[in-house]
Amino acid sequence: MAVRASGQPVRVSQYRLSVAPEEWGRVAEEAAHVGLRWGGLWAEDRDARIELTVVLEQCGIYLMVRTRTTDLAPSVASHTAYYPAAGRFERRLTDLFGITFRGQADSRRWIRHLAWSENEFPLRKAYSLVGHDGAAVRPDSGYPFLEAQGAGVYEIPVGPIHAGIIEPGHFRFQAVGESILNLEVRLGYVHKGIEKTAEGRDPDGLARLAGRVSGDATVAHTWAACMAMERAAGIEVPVRALALRAILAERERISNHLGDIGSICGDVGFAFGQYQFGRLRERCLRLHAELFGHRLAMDTVVPGGVQPDLPTDGAHRLLEDGIELRQELEELNAILSENSSLQDRWCMTGILPTETARMLGVLGYVARASGVDFDLRRDVPYAPYDTLKVRVPIATVGDVAARVRVRQEEIDVALGLIDELVSVLPGGPCRVPWSVPASDAEGLGCVEGWRGEHLAYVRFGPDNTIARYYPRDPSVFNWQALEKLIIGNIVPDFPVCNKSLNGSYSGHDL
Amino acid sequence: MAHPLIAWALALLQTLLFIASAPLLAGWIKCVRCVLQNRASPSVLQPYRDLGKLFRKKVVLAEEASWLFRSTPYIVLGTMILAAAVIPLVTVRLPTDAIADVIVLVGFLALGRFFLALAGLDIGTSFGGMGSSREMMVASLAEPAMLMAVFTLSMTASSTNLSTAMHYLLQSGLVLRPAFVFTAAGLMMVAIAETGRLPVDNPATHLELTMIHEGMILEYSGRHLALMEWASEIKLMIYAVLIADIFLPWGIATRFTAWALVMGVVAIGAKLALLVVLLAVIESGLAKMRLFRVPEFLNLAFLLCLLGLLSHIILEVGI
Repeated sequence: MAVRASGQPVRVSQYRLSVAPEEWGRVAEEAAHVGLRWGGLWAEDRDARIELTVVLEQCGIYLMVRTRTTDLAPSVASHTAYYPAAGRFERRLTDLFGITFRGQADSRRWIRHLAWSENEFPLRKAYSLVGHDGAAVRPDSGYPFLEAQGAGVYEIPVGPIHAGIIEPGHFRFQAVGESILNLEVRLGYVHKGIEKTAEGRDPDGLARLAGRVSGDATVAHTWAACMAMERAAGIEVPVRALALRAILAERERISNHLGDIGSICGDVGFAFGQYQFGRLRERCLRLHAELFGHRLAMDTVVPGGVQPDLPTDGAHRLLEDGIELRQELEELNAILSENSSLQDRWCMTGILPTETARMLGVLGYVARASGVDFDLRRDVPYAPYDTLKVRVPIATVGDVAARVRVRQEEIDVALGLIDELVSVLPGGPCRVPWSVPASDAEGLGCVEGWRGEHLAYVRFGPDNTIARYYPRDPSVFNWQALEKLIIGNIVPDFPVCNKSLNGSYSGHDL
Repeated sequence: MAHPLIAWALALLQTLLFIASAPLLAGWIKCVRCVLQNRASPSVLQPYRDLGKLFRKKVVLAEEASWLFRSTPYIVLGTMILAAAVIPLVTVRLPTDAIADVIVLVGFLALGRFFLALAGLDIGTSFGGMGSSREMMVASLAEPAMLMAVFTLSMTASSTNLSTAMHYLLQSGLVLRPAFVFTAAGLMMVAIAETGRLPVDNPATHLELTMIHEGMILEYSGRHLALMEWASEIKLMIYAVLIADIFLPWGIATRFTAWALVMGVVAIGAKLALLVVLLAVIESGLAKMRLFRVPEFLNLAFLLCLLGLLSHIILEVGI
């Protein structure tokens, strides 16, 4: 994909393009023809007319293609014929706005359970935020899952409530014996109305909200939202704040990878790995609590900078923690790679082929373990990564073992980046005052979070208020990869496959 | 031979000791595992507290539960207690020896499993059904291996009676039997599979899709669950005692003197404690194997037991 010599700062390139509603289908056709990556779709109700925006990317250049329809319930061509991953986005917009996508084969509702009726569209401006009885939502039954038939085929419903302490989501398996024929994921159980809640907030309020889109990726979401707002307002963030944001993001990457590698061990019954990596994650989080006042460093990234500043001994403690973590990991990673019973479970389990990963636009370590070489920090370098050399670990097999290996190496890379950032941490202020952007100012924030590329679109309304906020979590694509890579695996291998992807339910449902 | 009443009292006491100390064995495994994983361990008495807690809790029954579901915990625990009663723990030559037949023992275990699998299917949830089907797959491969191991013992001692066999082994003194080396390895593998330990099944998992034994008892709660948990602790103890009895019988009381009985208790305690350390080491070092590797694992167990039987015939019967 993007080929670029590292080390030279490159300006982030974002282009906008407007097309007529009739041309909407051709956008996907042309984009697919030249091999652009389809990166997300959102809509907005502007003066009772729906405006649709799709993000396309290639070689680190982002193209926002927009169309302005003439009414509130428009009918436009679907992009699914060229980009299968677009289906979920389109079904979502049908539920939330009432847009019809012609050529969309799957007409089932997606984000809508039974909290609002078929004729209500919560993201239209006319829909009021208050006055709905949230307690009265009926349990969602009768969703038409795909059904398999034949001798010996049976169905396994799992969730939405699971035995572990994880988020809610429903998995419907069709299996013969222990082999999985098909898996259908049903999400939307943690739909909180993030986008509706964001409307009318001030920048600080939006940053706090973005931090709660998905708790485990709070830094990535907040940074993306703040970047979008700062671009809209034309604010230059101080260099110290940028370095601190990167330190926070890398620490978030490390702690989540640690926890997940532990869980991947636990899911195949290797308790030793689970507890040791769990212990290391806990160590990370405790240091965050001491340095930033919050275990996940929530609300540390703020519009215009970072708050609070790193304590005076913070740099020293981060360096020291990195040294200790490296030593422990060296020992533990050796134990994992030398344990043949563990590798037997991971190798060739849940394979995501490169073509499938590209077709679905999969992101982050899931993509990189399947040979899709893309990392925003290297390919679309935003400050402070534009001055750093980011090594991007790649694997080609695409199985659970590859995803674990990529994540182990990413921890190593992140530790190196933190060392670099901390040792030359610039001085100066860590926050600049906010300047009110013009009405209609918009920005797109792009951040490589630990799960992959986070996008955040922000458009300001009058008086410093948010008119539209849309965070695109990488999980939306990665959840679709799960349904593909699980086919042909056996039922008891599902938990470890799922954990090796670890999509965010909350980040998907919004 | 002691007075029949005393002998019966001793048999009763031995059974009570057996079932009462089973949770202790389970607690000890947890302790050793924790130490091997570098973590602080709960008290060895934790399984007793868990059982006590479950006995006090209310039973929540599924609407579809039939009499089978409700009675299975009692049947399963009953078969385990009966099986425990026929295995010499502290002493041999008790009146229960008359039924201490290894084939009867295998039968008791199979009876318990039969009802357990039915109860797993009874509610009609997919996890219970999956657990039952997997349990039956494991059992159908483990039972022949177990019987093969039992036959090696029976042929050596010319009896299927456990007590008689042990008596024979004790009298013949310390003899290195190649047959027993193979059989011991095979029987240990069977024991791991049958008691749902790693690498075959993970007793500590919360992931329904991966469960075997836990899947079948997923719908149980309160007192029913306590009985089920207790039964599986007894089952683990049965296999551990069986392995200790057959392959390391020394120390068991052959006379009813106080000293011999105390020594019997100490001996079996020490043997079990060591066996469990071995089990915990195996469990900590291995991940759970992929479900379709379990047949390979049990085929190896069967092969080892068969080799034991063959080497017995070749090396010992011919003479």
